[in-house]
Amino acid sequence: MNDKVRNSLFYVGGTAVGFVSGFFGGGGGMLCVPLLQFGGLDAKRAHASALLVILPICIISAAIYIKNGYFDVTAVLCACIGVVLGGIVGATALDKLNGTAVSIIFALLMIAIGIKSVIA
Amino acid sequence: MTPQHVIIIVSALGGVIGGMGMGGGTLLIPLLTLAAGLEQHLAQAINLIAFVPMSVVALVIHKNNGYVSIAKSAPIVGCAAIGAVCGSFLARYAGGYELRASFGAFLIALGLIQMYKAISAVVKKKKASKNKSAQIKVG
Repeated sequence: MNDKVRNSLFYVGGTAVGFVSGFFGGGGGMLCVPLLQFGGLDAKRAHASALLVILPICIISAAIYIKNGYFDVTAVLCACIGVVLGGIVGATALDKLNGTAVSIIFALLMIAIGIKSVIA
Repeated sequence: MTPQHVIIIVSALGGVIGGMGMGGGTLLIPLLTLAAGLEQHLAQAINLIAFVPMSVVALVIHKNNGYVSIAKSAPIVGCAAIGAVCGSFLARYAGGYELRASFGAFLIALGLIQMYKAISAVVKKKKASKNKSAQIKVG
């Protein structure tokens, strides 16, 4: 693949990451990591660098959602408390768990919640 | 249990998964709508907002560890921002069920890919160790 095609695919992918994040309110990171790997980063660097792409688009999207009236102080506060506490637990537990087991459990969880979202 | 408690609990669950670096935000939206009964657009807004403090902390840690490549991510930030503005404005015109169901389909696809990757990694590992023991026997 020549550089020109590669670069344009990279930019198209970037736009898609932004669109998915904005439209669905999340999930852009799941696309951004493979995109950065396609751009030549290893898995760990791709995960870390994806945050740098996702953070500004989350701020922009959040501002537009709030402007459109989708906001609830109590719910947001409760969610932030939960996410931060859970985040600390998850980050600490990561080292102590088997990577394969975790990713299989996570995959099953995604499929189950996906099915529930479609049929509910 | 009040609705607030439910929100804290499901967000914590999303946070645990997110803290493991597996896109907890992705699951936070359906958890908020299905388990806590929030409206789809509001759940999406909450996920976007809750992601900000979490990722700032993670980003600082990763940056200090030298894992953040600005050279690779900077070029796509601009495109991503344009995509995000369009997506966020359009989301307003999409119905809650349509958003949830198509995101659900997206989750199923990602789950299947992840499953395939995890299982093929295990198979590869097993094959490698089998070859190794065969070599030892021959040796």
